[in-house]
Amino acid sequence: MATVELESVRKVYPNGFEAVHGIDLEIADGELMVLVGPSGCGKTTVLRMIAGLEDISAGVLRIGEKVVNDLGPKERDIAMVFQNYALYPHMTVAENIGFALRLRKMPKDEVTRKVGDAAKILGLTPWLDRKPAQLSGGQRQRVAMGRAIVRNPSVFLMDEPLSNLDAKLRVQMRAEVSQIQRTVGVATVYVTHDQIEAMTMGDRVAVMREGVLQQCDTPQKLYDHPNNVFVAAFIGSPAMNLYEAAITDGCAAVRIGTQELPLPDRARAAHPGLAAYAGKPVIVGIRPESLPAANGSAAGVMTAQVELVEALGSELQVHFSIDAKRVIAEGPSDADELTTSGAGVARVGPHVPAKLGDPIRFAVDIDAMHFFDPDSGGAIWN
Amino acid sequence: MRKRKRTGWRRYVNGITISTTVTVLFVTLPLYLMLASSFKGAKGIGSAAFYPKDFSTSNYNNAFSQYTFARYILNSVLIAVITTALVLFLSTMAGYALGRLPMRAKLPVMVALLMISVFPAIAVIAPLFLLMKTIHWLNSYQALIVPYTAFNLPFAIWIMRNYMLGIPKEMEETSRIDGAGPLRTLWSIVLPQAKPGLFTAGIFTFTACWTEFLMALSFNSDNNFRTIPVGTALFGSPFTIPYGTIFAASMVAVVPIAILVLIFRKSVVSGLTAGAVKG
Repeated sequence: MATVELESVRKVYPNGFEAVHGIDLEIADGELMVLVGPSGCGKTTVLRMIAGLEDISAGVLRIGEKVVNDLGPKERDIAMVFQNYALYPHMTVAENIGFALRLRKMPKDEVTRKVGDAAKILGLTPWLDRKPAQLSGGQRQRVAMGRAIVRNPSVFLMDEPLSNLDAKLRVQMRAEVSQIQRTVGVATVYVTHDQIEAMTMGDRVAVMREGVLQQCDTPQKLYDHPNNVFVAAFIGSPAMNLYEAAITDGCAAVRIGTQELPLPDRARAAHPGLAAYAGKPVIVGIRPESLPAANGSAAGVMTAQVELVEALGSELQVHFSIDAKRVIAEGPSDADELTTSGAGVARVGPHVPAKLGDPIRFAVDIDAMHFFDPDSGGAIWN
Repeated sequence: MRKRKRTGWRRYVNGITISTTVTVLFVTLPLYLMLASSFKGAKGIGSAAFYPKDFSTSNYNNAFSQYTFARYILNSVLIAVITTALVLFLSTMAGYALGRLPMRAKLPVMVALLMISVFPAIAVIAPLFLLMKTIHWLNSYQALIVPYTAFNLPFAIWIMRNYMLGIPKEMEETSRIDGAGPLRTLWSIVLPQAKPGLFTAGIFTFTACWTEFLMALSFNSDNNFRTIPVGTALFGSPFTIPYGTIFAASMVAVVPIAILVLIFRKSVVSGLTAGAVKG
């Protein structure tokens, strides 16, 4: 049981590439911290530095008060679960789980007992004599977990442990991993690129981009108060709609494309910093659920063109376009090239009559609107 | 696409079976003739008969009674086994280092090894002979064990290195985190998975030692240190060549190799195709 503390931890490769730019992070005892970000953001490098599989170029790494920068992996008292499980194919499940204990020269009957206990927690008891090749993906995943928990380490490290599983099993294992982590109560660093996994599993989530920690907070706070455009776009599915806009009318309205939406007093009170942007461009962010279909002609209604309707049963996801310029925070991807410049997504009730090519009117929830500085990308609050 | 189903004799007589049969015959016929001739008596040996008319095992008896064939077998076994063990040990270490450990100049080392492995042995026979003479190694086991090890190592290292490359890195990292040092990781985690590579390198080395002629003839002229190929070739006198006995001895020499290949054939095939497709 221990805490993990990263203090201005940097990773510079011999070729000069800086993969991690000075990260500060503190993981409390028993906490499940998720590192999330697009591929190449440095999250796995951070994990591998904690594990001792990569050297730390600068900064301090503490595990339970002890500086471990120069300690090898085995002296750090950690356990790691890899994406491809890395089970030893020539050993049975029991041998796999007990390998670390046997290395410590633990008496045979104690190894057997501990392996049995771990197997019971993970529901692996019937498969202890099988080889990994005879197991299903989910079972292999559990063996990898078993190998980690049997050692009773101070820290768990997990590198995208669920990404090799099919979608249904992933959802099931997500819950199982969280539950096991809570049962064992060990500080855990969990790396994933899947923001849904991050949101559902993490006590706190650290969002990374290009080696820089963007924001670290509880999932709900990340969702409600993203620090910048990147976090806003990355967290949430479907992603937040981000458009170039301008604060007009002496901070009484926001103009998105050719449409102007009034900014009520309470919105201005929630974002006092907006006053400084009167007459200036900003980036506005609107979550898909903040765009319910409008009935009547109240103020704050935005009209858009329906491009695609996806019926999910409980709701409709309406892909629309408006005449504003869309802001892409994560860099261009193939999907973005297919969409029009003012594209966006709204989640509306299942019975809203949205038809392809028709105009649709949204009653924008101004209170839930986000504002960002167009130059820095930072959120505008105060 | 509709596939026409062949019936009757057409099922067996087609391009594939004919060409397979021809190839198999091409390879096995000489071996069969050797086997058949080894059981022929002195009269039948000159005939081209496909089976021995005067069946006799005298050729086998002669090989062991008239010549010191048992001694040759012992020498060959000793030299081949020790060389194979040395080659496997060294190539495993070198292959692991070249495949896995951080190391400078890996590429030059690998290229140098490849170049050495295609170097013709006959080119180095003369200097090697002088060297052996200088250090008084002529007529000894080490006169063959050391050069055999040197000549077989490059290929074995390449096989082992490629095998090590195919083992997921995470497995070694897990083992490191579990608390195993590099040697323990190599022994408990890497080697069990590199078994097919070991078998392949082992069989190739063993066969090469078992059949090597040139060095064995040049370095060990003492009958006590002769191996099977040299000993068998020198059967007889300057005036007579005991073909039957030579055939019998050759048959005996083939047996260990055949047994090895039969036992490990699956591993050897998978060793040769390692890395061809991602498993």
